[in-house]
Amino acid sequence: MLSFIVNSKKTLMAIKIAVKKFVNILPAFLTMLIFVSVVLFLVPDKVISNYLGNSNKFVGVTFASFFGSITLMPGFIAFPLCGILLKKGVSYMVLSAFTTTLMMVGVLTYPIEKEYFGMKVTIIRNVISFFIALIVALMTGIFFGELL
Amino acid sequence: MKRNNIIKIVSISAYIAFILFSFMTGFDPGKQIGKNFITFSVDMLEVLPCAFVLIGLFEVWVKKETVEKHFGKGSGIRGYMWAVLLAGTTVGGLYVAFPVAYSLYCKGARFSVIFTYIGASAICRVPMTIFEASFMGIKFSAIRLLVSLPLVIISSILLGDYLEKRNYKIMEGK
Repeated sequence: MLSFIVNSKKTLMAIKIAVKKFVNILPAFLTMLIFVSVVLFLVPDKVISNYLGNSNKFVGVTFASFFGSITLMPGFIAFPLCGILLKKGVSYMVLSAFTTTLMMVGVLTYPIEKEYFGMKVTIIRNVISFFIALIVALMTGIFFGELL
Repeated sequence: MKRNNIIKIVSISAYIAFILFSFMTGFDPGKQIGKNFITFSVDMLEVLPCAFVLIGLFEVWVKKETVEKHFGKGSGIRGYMWAVLLAGTTVGGLYVAFPVAYSLYCKGARFSVIFTYIGASAICRVPMTIFEASFMGIKFSAIRLLVSLPLVIISSILLGDYLEKRNYKIMEGK
């Protein structure tokens, strides 16, 4: 708004750019939304809770990072879910693996990321993020005294 | 390329047809998928238009030199700090961070800085972190941030160096 008052010509140009960029990336977003809707159907919250509640921590972390990577959830769904799981006795380590992969690794955002940065960079970045998430989970486990 | 487009159009129409068919016949899994689709679309439509208008304004107003100075080569450690701060204010998630990072790149930001930005916007968005802390405890969030942020920056620097050495270029004009 402020920008419009100062210089309406430039602002119109900005909006034009915005629309053009948005339309360009729309197919990728559509692809992602379709994937998201199908994956969330195949892997509902209940399934995730079942697997994360596994008594063996390392199995739990493995499942957690797997589900975290392949799903995509907005924070306002993911964190309450984690809060419930925490009360159910799921360890911090497992939840940390879940939330961190959820945020950093995006198998579902792949179509968008690829459009911008190319396939190779996308894959490298996601693999690195996955390992960072595992390290974070380990450290969480150590700090909460769940490992030793 | 053309064949790819045809495949895309066909599969998207098949998807839409499937959802419509499910709603007409009351096929439950299809209805569920359709609902997921709508929930997520609405969620994104709340954020994306704003994000893209801001990106547009950014492209028009901010000079290339400014970005180069703060996010480019020679910006040193301050470049990463800016990237993290900027990421902290980002809303929405990775799907917003990608176009923003791309614009930064086109304006002359270096690879390691934009990867720091992407990583940081995944893990340390301020509203999200507060929300997280309220459910998981401050200790949990603090550990997560303190461990992951340095790792993100280090890995971004390594990845950035690697790409720069190989003269990797991202296609422009998206």
